Amino acid sequence: MDIVFGLIRNVLEEGFIYGIMAIGVYITYRVLDFPDLSVDGTFPLGACITAMLIAAGVNPWLACLIAFLCGGAAGCVTGLLHVKLRITDLLSGILVMTAMWSVNLVITNGSAVLPFYNKDTIFTSGPAALLTGDAKQYRIVLLGAVCCIVVKLIIDLYLRTKSGLLLRASGDNPQYVISLGKDPGTMKIVGLVIGNGCTALAGSILAQQSESANIQSGTGMVVMALASVIIGTSLLRKVKWIRATSAAVIGAILYKACLVIAMQLGLPTNFLKLLMAVLFTIALVSNNLFAGRRKKQNVNPTQI
Amino acid sequence: MSTQLKSETDKNFVGLRHIYKTFNLGSVNEVVLFTDFNLEIEKNQFVSVVGSNGSGKTTILNLLCGSIPVDSGSVFVNGREIGKLKEHERSRFIGRVFQDPSKGTCPELTILENMALADNKGSSFGLQLGVNKRRIDYYRTQLELLKLGLEDKLDLKVSSLSGGQRQALALLICTMTPLDLLILDEHTAALDPRSSETVMELTEHLVREKQLTTLMVTHNLKFAVNYGDRLIMMHRGNIVLDAGPEEKSSLQIRDLTEKFNEISIEDGN
Ligand SMILES: Nc1ncnc2c1ncn2[C@@H]1O[C@H](COP(=O)(O)OP(=O)(O)OP(=O)(O)O)[C@@H](O)[C@H]1O
Ligand SMILES: [Mg+2]
Repeated sequence: MDIVFGLIRNVLEEGFIYGIMAIGVYITYRVLDFPDLSVDGTFPLGACITAMLIAAGVNPWLACLIAFLCGGAAGCVTGLLHVKLRITDLLSGILVMTAMWSVNLVITNGSAVLPFYNKDTIFTSGPAALLTGDAKQYRIVLLGAVCCIVVKLIIDLYLRTKSGLLLRASGDNPQYVISLGKDPGTMKIVGLVIGNGCTALAGSILAQQSESANIQSGTGMVVMALASVIIGTSLLRKVKWIRATSAAVIGAILYKACLVIAMQLGLPTNFLKLLMAVLFTIALVSNNLFAGRRKKQNVNPTQI
Repeated sequence: MSTQLKSETDKNFVGLRHIYKTFNLGSVNEVVLFTDFNLEIEKNQFVSVVGSNGSGKTTILNLLCGSIPVDSGSVFVNGREIGKLKEHERSRFIGRVFQDPSKGTCPELTILENMALADNKGSSFGLQLGVNKRRIDYYRTQLELLKLGLEDKLDLKVSSLSGGQRQALALLICTMTPLDLLILDEHTAALDPRSSETVMELTEHLVREKQLTTLMVTHNLKFAVNYGDRLIMMHRGNIVLDAGPEEKSSLQIRDLTEKFNEISIEDGN
């Protein structure tokens, strides 16, 4: 029983944190229909910036905020490349992802791993320090969940504002945004800022959990985030009361659970990325099946 | 008879002047469409445009909306040269309904959200709540005009509406805020005969009520004859018939078909 509890805790400790990234990728991939590969670069960007700031004694919550802003700036570059220079969506992402590698190295001063042991993090200072006794061992899960839920609520709220509606419209029907006198390109950039901001925030929180930043931690993040979003939103499409952002978080937790279970069953670590790719493929294929079924239900377009 | 003289901008409210447009310049597919094309539309005039396939009707609309640039010449709306404005900037005073019913609304948003967005056109899209609850009654009364029962389905996604319902909604949404020019590109073409009648009557109602300057392209000669103050027939980038209010009232569908046949004979088919 203890093993199961340990496993669940293990899943949730990272699941909620990856859930924040999944919310961000939900915005770019599902709302804007933009497959954003820069995520692979902005995730470690958040981690590296946080490591540098916390090592310098900056408040960990402030570090989270700065990580979010820097991730947003990187997303803005992806958007500008795509919208202003008319580079395809995939290539814009790849360009930023590649450039981020150098940026991250500059931030960590050339080292691949930047530890900051025994410094204040959101898990050890502030409200987390109030947790004592038994609660203490759940502090990572608790704080991860709180951060994730706060991000989710803010994004949900944003999507109901005028700007949020316009964002949804520009993914759905750019021509409609044009007829409203607005530039859908601008909204694409806004969406990429939010998406990459959330990703960098996830990177920041994960770095604080492990008290170190790893420059390679971004590899496979796109695959992971997309799989989470697709698994979550297609599994829970039928459940009306679950919002898509919650579905993305649940997807991230389920995805993490798959990985943990596979590891537990004795899959060698070397096969981890392969497994991630396989899971993503399964998610994509099943999503296509779902979508196919949905299209057939459409009404005859000429009947009033 | 009103003796009030129309001002110069009212007479030439919308203008395409000395327009040149060639597609695929210099390639084997070169299409020289417009050479020194001119068209002036009076304020509050409802113009219907007919013409053979490829005669340049959609291109005129695209040039007005800024979807494609002119090679040379100038485009005026309400006394202002708008050639330098981008498509979305022109949308602030030009409304457009497309042939494809899915283009004029957002399928994944609800009817209410679509209307709220349209209602906010012209102001900023900031962080205020998207749907203003106090406007819902107004949206309902607007939807009642359509007589489609949509006023009771505000929270329905637009993707679940039929093409005719969507087109009616698109037309309503497009004319919700003040416009200098309304552009309709075969907006009834994808609908069944009854739906297109409904949408056409709605068009007439809205255009007259809001006194909109309107340019409507249609392949339906009956609509072209029965609706609008002026009728233009296009052929190969030229206006071959331009019937003003008096001439148009005596115009029959038969006259138009004859004219069409004349043109086709010239073409040798
Ligand atoms: N983007 C484009 N690139 C190349 N050629 C074009 C383009 N748009 C229009 N044309 C050409 O210009 C001509 C006029 O096209 P247009 O779409 O304006 O015709 P139309 O009168 O709207 O015809 P229809 O009745 O079929 O809608 C056609 O010969 C077409 O091939
Ligand atoms: Mg056309």
